[in-house]
Amino acid sequence: MDVHEYQAKELLASFGVPVPKGAVAFSPDQAVYAATELGGWNWAVKAQIHAGARGKAGGIKLCKTYHEVRDAAALLLGKRLVTIQTGPEGKPVQRVYIEVAEPFDRELYLGYVLDRKAERIRVIASQRGGMEIEEIARTEPEAILQVVVEPAVGLQAFQARELAFQLGLSIKQAQSAVSTIMNAYRAFRDCDAIMLEINPLVVAKDDRVLALDAKMSFDDNALFRRHNVADMHDPSQQDPREAQAAEHNLNYIGLDGEIGCIVNGAGLAMATMDMIKHAGGTPANFLDVGGGASPERIATALKLVLSDAKVRAVLVNIFAGINRCDWVAKGVVQACETVDVKVPLVVRLAGTNVEEGQKILAESGLKLITADTLAEAAEKAVAACQGSPRAAA
Amino acid sequence: MSILIDETTPVLVQGMTGDKGTFHAKEMIAYGTNVVGGVTPGKGGGTHLDRPVFNTVKEAVKATGGTTSITFVAPAFCADAIMEAADAGVRLICSITDGIPAQDMMRVKRYLMRYPKDRRPMMVGPNCAGIISPGKAMLGIMPGHIYLQGKVGIISRSGTLGYEAASQMKAKNIGISTSVGIGGDPINGSSFLDHLALFEEDPETEAVLMIGEIGGPQEAEASAWIKDNMSKPVIGFVAGLTAPKGRRMGHAGAIISAVGDSASEKAEIMRSCGLTVAPNPSEFGSTVAGVLAKRPERRAAV
Repeated sequence: MDVHEYQAKELLASFGVPVPKGAVAFSPDQAVYAATELGGWNWAVKAQIHAGARGKAGGIKLCKTYHEVRDAAALLLGKRLVTIQTGPEGKPVQRVYIEVAEPFDRELYLGYVLDRKAERIRVIASQRGGMEIEEIARTEPEAILQVVVEPAVGLQAFQARELAFQLGLSIKQAQSAVSTIMNAYRAFRDCDAIMLEINPLVVAKDDRVLALDAKMSFDDNALFRRHNVADMHDPSQQDPREAQAAEHNLNYIGLDGEIGCIVNGAGLAMATMDMIKHAGGTPANFLDVGGGASPERIATALKLVLSDAKVRAVLVNIFAGINRCDWVAKGVVQACETVDVKVPLVVRLAGTNVEEGQKILAESGLKLITADTLAEAAEKAVAACQGSPRAAA
Repeated sequence: MSILIDETTPVLVQGMTGDKGTFHAKEMIAYGTNVVGGVTPGKGGGTHLDRPVFNTVKEAVKATGGTTSITFVAPAFCADAIMEAADAGVRLICSITDGIPAQDMMRVKRYLMRYPKDRRPMMVGPNCAGIISPGKAMLGIMPGHIYLQGKVGIISRSGTLGYEAASQMKAKNIGISTSVGIGGDPINGSSFLDHLALFEEDPETEAVLMIGEIGGPQEAEASAWIKDNMSKPVIGFVAGLTAPKGRRMGHAGAIISAVGDSASEKAEIMRSCGLTVAPNPSEFGSTVAGVLAKRPERRAAV
């Protein structure tokens, strides 16, 4: 789960990480009010979206007067911001963050990630802040400093010092950096984050080291025990179909193709998409119905897939293990009775009770195309798609 | 011989009295698995499915001699259940559970490291279908009837894609020695490499099918190990050729977020290390058949 910059800063601040003074606003009036409450003489008005590269896209405006703050907020709010990270559709800006802008001396990089290979939390720092870390890794790998956290004891102060003393800071700045590094680690650990990026980490005139930007992502599997994080969820930043799928506990990812997919199991779902491509077609989505292929879930899945106007055929591929093919077949039949399926529907069942399942489909009277193998299912779906008129959602 | 489990392996079911535990324990027992008891804190002293139930894994191990456990425990409590089993001396712990927080698994792995290598439990999963040695024992949730007993080992991150492979092979009369699901999570109990090493030592296994997917370093690590250590042929496949970058494809660990994470990169590494890569997911059976047919003994027989 992702959160906005202002929410990441809120969390970090609660763990003692210094951040500039700021407040969120949902309207131009609120933006001005925030500026007056915060004080100061200069403010950054920052579009809040779940994507980076906002500055280059005009999503961050520096303002010197309340009028400028209002105008900047009015310009950004209610529109979609397109950055190189959002894709061409961009993301809707419904919130802006008003931050007191103060001059700073240096831009550093500080990041935390759950390293799969090491099976540990890795802390990454660099004097080259303000750039993409991949860029630094490519052009100046020796500029990247790293320490790995031992899970049995957590990040130790000596490790934070090791990083701080290599960041080219004065003693006082280094002390502030150590505190920031330790506190940000505790936020990462205690909020079950999987990624935290503070870029840039800046050094203020008073030698404090603060987070000028913050990006944080969290482990979806841990949200059950992190209510404060779960409450920060903003569905406006997701593809509406994906948000809808999540509400029904379906795993759905929209793609650009024409053949909708409904499969049980993530690996089989990816393999089905791969098979469609191999057969000359284009997958419209990833959808894992998981272990519960009940009539209701299949109906919900069908509706979701069909709501994509690009879909010209649907492929249902269920390998029944615990679920039996006859139950799944009944589910497909019932689902088709409640959902108006205007495009060709290819159903491939395999596993427990496959003959009974195929019999139920054959006797249903529905216009289904059945297949026995994965290859056959993909080929039939591609053929059906080519013969199908575009679906009206 | 098969690896990890056979018909004699004494199994404890953690969470046996719950809905999932009951259902799958019944299936496992029907398959022939030697289930010797269950553990549900608070239900100790009773019996379930004609087996004794205990409050703690320690008591269960003492009373039954169980060496292996499977956890049907909710995500919030599963890391604890795994560590409890390790502490009780269980040598093989399989966790089916989907949804364990990644940092919990990080701590579980660290906990298992407190044992020296010769006493360290093997953990399989989480978020996996389990382990099956066809004709002998099943420690998981797979449909037993789709597996023919034979000489090919399977190691897979995905459950249902593993079933697809087994089923294609059965249709070609190719049997499985043991199929191991290592699960879809970013930090797992054991990797491809851990089980390849076991298959290499198993006299019953003649070839191995490795089914990977996008995300993580384990396919590349395994391929490098195979090149230098494996005498038996390995067939590989990586799901997610059409997966977009940066999106979590169902499994918590299935995400392209670093160099080397994509399906095409992994397939290329596999090929360069001498694996035979199945060209698409409907050719598991035919690719394995082809590799088996090419073996020197077979050629001599022809």
